[in-house]
Amino acid sequence: MKPARVLIVDDSAVMRKIVERSLRQAGLEMEQVHGASNGSEALAIAKTHGLDLILSDINMPTMNGLEFVRELRCIEGAQQIPVVMITTEAGESNVVQALSGGATGYIRKPFTPDQIKERVIPLIKG
Amino acid sequence: MDATLNSSRERVEIQLSAKVARPASLAKAAPPAATTERACEGWHDLLMNATCEVFEVMVGSTLGRVTGRVPKVVADFTAMVGMAGSLCGMLSLRGPSESAKRIAANMLGVDDVSIGASVLDAFGEVCNMIAGSFKSRIPAVADGCSLSVPTVISGRDYSLHSLADGARLEVILNFEGSPISVTLDLHS
Repeated sequence: MKPARVLIVDDSAVMRKIVERSLRQAGLEMEQVHGASNGSEALAIAKTHGLDLILSDINMPTMNGLEFVRELRCIEGAQQIPVVMITTEAGESNVVQALSGGATGYIRKPFTPDQIKERVIPLIKG
Repeated sequence: MDATLNSSRERVEIQLSAKVARPASLAKAAPPAATTERACEGWHDLLMNATCEVFEVMVGSTLGRVTGRVPKVVADFTAMVGMAGSLCGMLSLRGPSESAKRIAANMLGVDDVSIGASVLDAFGEVCNMIAGSFKSRIPAVADGCSLSVPTVISGRDYSLHSLADGARLEVILNFEGSPISVTLDLHS
């Protein structure tokens, strides 16, 4: 597998670092790691950078994760990027909304590195 | 020490009115659950279990039970997360500055951090995850309850007046030698 280009979207910089560390602990080799603190920033990055994986929180100011995924899927070339929601908002309706809006997977906070390994890494192609 | 509210203006307004920024599921929310003391029986343990889970998984620390006389919690930092929808109220996490620094250092995987943005961020996120973990343990409300983004106050010289008029649950646990408090104030 070639080194991945990853975007981590969370309004908490600490959580972004934890997610990045968890990906490394899961054995993912990363070429680039982009960070965004809301969906709007994330969209701007997705429009200008090639990405192999996106992990996104839901509950963020400015643009939440559900809106972000919906708009991301309208960007040419971004339809196939795996997007995993990592969030405290893990109610059934949120999961349904996220998946029907274009998310590929879903992980509830708090999460373990093992969950990242089992549920995120297999989604990366190539 | 003066209190400082560490949040954007948007977050402040959201937090104090206990509403969410962009409700993802309120349209499908169930009617507000009765949150009288009787209805909340058993929730104390759920709150404690949620707190312990977050600290074990994300902070890498096992919280201890407080035995004997309940110690006074030094609240140098207070994080708050509003709950709206099928469960309305506010969850707050309070603790001393050393505990807040330890939480941030553990989460970041470093030996030490100084008081600053990372400490506020980590403290708020822990509060947020406790709120999420707690509500997920109550199937009747989990789906229709949305959380606000967290707000963190640093400093002890403040008074917090919650307008919640329902039950109040509090757990005090020992985090690496210092007591921390998690409180849930509910609207009836």
